[in-house]
Amino acid sequence: MPALLEIKNVVKNYDGKTPVLEGVSLELNKGEVIVLIGPSGCGKSTLLRCINGLEAIQAGEICLEGKAIDYNKKDLTGLRQKIGMVFQSYELFPHLTILDNIILAPTKVAGVDRENAKREAMELLEKVGLAHKAKAYPRELSGGQKQRVAIVRALAMHPEILLFDEVTAALDPEMVREVLDVMLDLAKQGSTMIIVTHEMQFAEAVADRVYFLDKGNIVETGRPKSFFTAPKTERARQFLNIFEFESVKDEKEEYNI
Amino acid sequence: MPDLGLDVIFKGKNAVRLLGGLGVALRISLISVIISIPLGILVGVLMTFKNPILKAVLRVYLEFIRIMPQLVLLFIVFFGSTRVLGVDISGDLAAVIVFSLWGTAEMGDLVRGAIISIPKHQYESGEALGLSKRQIFIYIIIPQTIKRLVPLSINLITRMIKTTSLVLIIGVVEVIKVAQQIIEANRTSSPNAAFGVYLAVFLMYFIACTPISMLARYLEKRR
Repeated sequence: MPALLEIKNVVKNYDGKTPVLEGVSLELNKGEVIVLIGPSGCGKSTLLRCINGLEAIQAGEICLEGKAIDYNKKDLTGLRQKIGMVFQSYELFPHLTILDNIILAPTKVAGVDRENAKREAMELLEKVGLAHKAKAYPRELSGGQKQRVAIVRALAMHPEILLFDEVTAALDPEMVREVLDVMLDLAKQGSTMIIVTHEMQFAEAVADRVYFLDKGNIVETGRPKSFFTAPKTERARQFLNIFEFESVKDEKEEYNI
Repeated sequence: MPDLGLDVIFKGKNAVRLLGGLGVALRISLISVIISIPLGILVGVLMTFKNPILKAVLRVYLEFIRIMPQLVLLFIVFFGSTRVLGVDISGDLAAVIVFSLWGTAEMGDLVRGAIISIPKHQYESGEALGLSKRQIFIYIIIPQTIKRLVPLSINLITRMIKTTSLVLIIGVVEVIKVAQQIIEANRTSSPNAAFGVYLAVFLMYFIACTPISMLARYLEKRR
């Protein structure tokens, strides 16, 4: 059986130069969670955007359930119903209530009737602890709450794969946790996800496999435990070191205050 | 207490004449508004298109109208058309033409601004949910654009009403012209009429424009 999603030698560049992805390949099986990490500008967010068809690729192919996706088709609606995406800046629709944000796509795209869509939206909101905000507008919510709604909005379409593009990067530190917890729950329930993140401990906890990208290439792949404790490549080691801090104080030094 | 010349307003048919003058001013603005808003929406939408020729033409139109004082435009249309084109258009018609040209340009710019102020991410998150281009416009972009546009276009309407006071210069008898006539006619009997009559004109404009600008403020708060 082929993998749910296969990415084969994908090349992406802007205007024929500035390569962003230089032949990236990876596989994603059903129920798997993979995490993409790497320095900014390495192409990890671009890869997600290519999978969803928000950016065109110049070479290679992306296959869903063994069939190559035709991104030149005018209408990518079918693809996007199968692959949901959550963005860094959540981008709820400011003129709609939370509930209407969530049911817009199910009612207009998937053709679910309003009552059923509402009921399901409320169930999902309940799960992320935001049922009491259903009638509120996005501006009345905190960043963490908005991001949880954005996740629910993507889930309401029952995608087979969920893409998360640095979803906690714009949040205050104390709100990061509530969003990551929602994603951990999804992973536990067996959702198939590709996550781009800078939260290393979270990556280690949630991932089945970690891909380390640098300058448009996958430099290293591995199980999270071995990757984070003993990276094989020098480049990955350097990158992971950025997240470590050595004490600047001499430990023996005593303060006389 | 000094003589404020208020008595003149209530002499004969003066009050009714002033109101009639205000009616002329409001009629010219109303017709121009009705023409400008749909045309402005069209121009604004066209300005967001990527076609460079279309963009350049509309840009020139917009800058030309905005840089030129409305008074000069009125003169060009009213006096210029008679000699150059050989058509004799009435002051009212010239006024409507000028204010429609001006209103369309201003409205077009407001619409363009409102459309491009919707962040690219709004389109993308609609796309990522599987909405089609058309659905994104109908359910996401247009409602947000209208919300931003309503208070702005109402402000434009009040500006148009105020600016119609210029049309007396091309011979349209609107409220200020009527005021001048009344003052002139009573110069000997009430030399202070200027104060009272212009005060009345001021109050009339105030009463006509205040509800509109209050509505704009209310709508602005609501968004």
